[in-house]
Amino acid sequence: MGRYVARRLLQMIPVFIGSTLIIFLMMYALPGDPVRAMMGDQAYDPSVVASKRKELGLDLPILQQYWNYLSGLVQGDFGTQIASQQPIADVIARVFPVTIRLTIFAFAFVSIVGIGLGIIAGLRPDTLRDRGLLTLTLILVSMPSFVLGFLLQWLLAFQWPIVKPTVQDDTDITQLLLPAIVLASLSLAYVARLTRTSIAENLRADYMRTAVAKGLPRRRIIGVHLMRNSLIPVVTFLGIEIGNLMTGAIVTEGIFNVGGVGNEIYQALIRREGATVVGIASLMVLIYLAASLIVDLLYAVLDPRIRYA
Amino acid sequence: MRGATHAKWAACAVTVALAATACGGGGSGGSGDGSGIVRSSWGDPQNPVEPANTNEVQGGKVLDMLFRGLKKYDPKTGEAKDLIAEKIETTDSQNFTVTLKDGWTFSNGEKVTAKSFVDAWNYGAHVDNKQNNAPFFSDIKGYEDVHPESGSAKAKTMSGLVVKDDKTFTVALKEKFSTWPETLGYQAYAPLPKVFFDDHAGWLSKPIGNGPYTVESYAKGSEMKLRAWDGYKGEDKAQNGGVDLKVYTDNNTAYTDLMAGNLDLVDDVPAQQLKNVKNDLGDRYINQPALIIQTLVFPMYDKNWSKAGMEKVRRGLSMAINRDEITKEIFQETRTPAVDWTSPALGEKGGYKDMCGDACTYDPEQAKKLVAEGGGLPGGKVQITSNVDTGSHRVWMDAVCNSINNALGKGTCTVNPVGTFADFKNQLGAYKFTGPFRSGWQADYPLIQNFLEPLYYKNGSSNYGKFDNKAFNDLVDKANAETDRAKATTDFQNAQKILAEQMPAIPLWYQNGSAGYSENVSDVTLNQFSVPVYDQIKVN
Repeated sequence: MGRYVARRLLQMIPVFIGSTLIIFLMMYALPGDPVRAMMGDQAYDPSVVASKRKELGLDLPILQQYWNYLSGLVQGDFGTQIASQQPIADVIARVFPVTIRLTIFAFAFVSIVGIGLGIIAGLRPDTLRDRGLLTLTLILVSMPSFVLGFLLQWLLAFQWPIVKPTVQDDTDITQLLLPAIVLASLSLAYVARLTRTSIAENLRADYMRTAVAKGLPRRRIIGVHLMRNSLIPVVTFLGIEIGNLMTGAIVTEGIFNVGGVGNEIYQALIRREGATVVGIASLMVLIYLAASLIVDLLYAVLDPRIRYA
Repeated sequence: MRGATHAKWAACAVTVALAATACGGGGSGGSGDGSGIVRSSWGDPQNPVEPANTNEVQGGKVLDMLFRGLKKYDPKTGEAKDLIAEKIETTDSQNFTVTLKDGWTFSNGEKVTAKSFVDAWNYGAHVDNKQNNAPFFSDIKGYEDVHPESGSAKAKTMSGLVVKDDKTFTVALKEKFSTWPETLGYQAYAPLPKVFFDDHAGWLSKPIGNGPYTVESYAKGSEMKLRAWDGYKGEDKAQNGGVDLKVYTDNNTAYTDLMAGNLDLVDDVPAQQLKNVKNDLGDRYINQPALIIQTLVFPMYDKNWSKAGMEKVRRGLSMAINRDEITKEIFQETRTPAVDWTSPALGEKGGYKDMCGDACTYDPEQAKKLVAEGGGLPGGKVQITSNVDTGSHRVWMDAVCNSINNALGKGTCTVNPVGTFADFKNQLGAYKFTGPFRSGWQADYPLIQNFLEPLYYKNGSSNYGKFDNKAFNDLVDKANAETDRAKATTDFQNAQKILAEQMPAIPLWYQNGSAGYSENVSDVTLNQFSVPVYDQIKVN
């Protein structure tokens, strides 16, 4: 187990370097000069532009820029934003907690409600409540998040004013609930469907019949035998979904004015702040890698037949 | 079935939590005694908020509240009035003596002296400080020494600035520039306290100025709280207790918050809401011309466009554009059809006047005739270029092309959309366009000179079409040497007659500033820069 984890951690290094390099090159390939864009429509001074480029090392060859960036990064230096001159570490420290709070809510909602609904439907396949759930999830899957976002905002904030339409204070968890639910709705539908199918299938498995024949109590059959086996695909999906929830919030964050990672990365893309995009994206890569490692380790917990050496 | 029961409980818990948010609401403070707080929408300023480095409107809002300069533009007439300046005198339009009024201080108690200005200007101009607004000081003698075109600076200060005593300093310009004092209302010319130079990082996180407001707190990326400063001695004392500027990345969201009562003022009504805005807000919606003009500039560096006879073709193209219909249908009257190369925000006294005449009036018959007389379009076609990431540029470009095609024949006009502003700027600087391209110009000060000299004068800083006409240049020189402001304005108007003949740039329309506000506030106005005049807003 320990060796397996160590090997996986070592494998992360080339993946991390490769992905940051690709993002770095893509930002470089975009047309336009961020320093020039900063000057707006107005008159500007070429010597100011030149000296800013020099200071930021933007006049160096691309691979040398990447090397400088990466060597800074391993020492914990994310670099500096071009226009605002803020350390990118500060920017990250500002936006990540907001997004993490939002993600935790969304993720809890997805796991609890999604798996719950899946179990309710899966235990009685092809009944009315199963069909009802399938219809509900179909609606959620086919509805783009901005439609749902505006719809809920209009309903819950204007028609029946029970919540504020936007997030006024992102440390107030009650205000984050609505965006979290909107953010979670798509994955919720997937999780519910996945759980439902998995449970419905496993209900007919041999080991289930054996367990019933042995006279085990129903709560043990469902809670231990059925759940453990049925949750493996769901856990895989949930693991990857953590990353999606964190990065996929651009639209939702815009609708509810949440100052999180999605907004920041969008702004940085528009302003061509390469280092900011690469910095945030690198952290995302790390989160994806960590989540997939945890998922793989969870397999062993759920299925004792799986052993890591 | 036990599992299912548990799941039901979980779902209930979430529902309860959701309903609990109903308790999260709350009203905002505010009474009629001038202590209420105005909650206003804001965009995160791209550059650090410091006078010589801020060149966009969001940072400009803050500077407008934090700083007062030698002159201030009257929010209604745009006239530059003496504020901190007691008088600015000159005999030759080139050497100026500035005398300050007594009694002005920064909010930390430090006196505003001649040195506060001279140090601030030298800081802004110096190449090592990499300030975006450095070119604003380029008229002052000695600018080349602190800000050479390449290499490092030869001097620390500009020789043209001399402190005489606490209340007086002199400015020597490189050339005659009669209306130079009128430019001093621009924020780049604000004075700076000592602490700015001693503790720059500290100052940036909580700027200190001499204006009617002070910064209470600044959370980058989310909110800046400004509070009225009790010690402010100027006439434009704040009529409210303070302003909370809240960052919105999407103006639709800000508008939603205005509707929900979470915000008092949005100064950018989203295009999608323009149809509803009269219903939603009634007379609490402001829509007035700003100091912004959009033009289509011809690449005069391209022989195909600049050879003799082409002026008729350029005029013809201008007459083929139906400005009235486009501003009405596409922009819902948030743009005003252009009749000159300046802006109505200047006012008639400032020099705004219909100088374009027939050449800016839609007349498809005449347009066709003129283009044919001038020898036709180069290659029989015209391609319009602009960035399309903001400002509905794609939509109006299509409409302009449509209009040209209707007048001159199908397939004449095509559009060349450029993905990002940054890329478009690069292409502008490369001087490689083969057809007209968009140019949006926001004046830095409400002065007719600022609409003409940087854009059409020989080697002007934003003369991207490389227009160079001797008669025009001479008139601008003459205007700048004129000591009488009215005469100078007439010269600039005459210079526009040459633009009307030569048509190096087609004036399209003036951009309006828009704002909407809640019932919670009153006395909301916009100045020429489309920035709300925050200090006059009253909270009910």
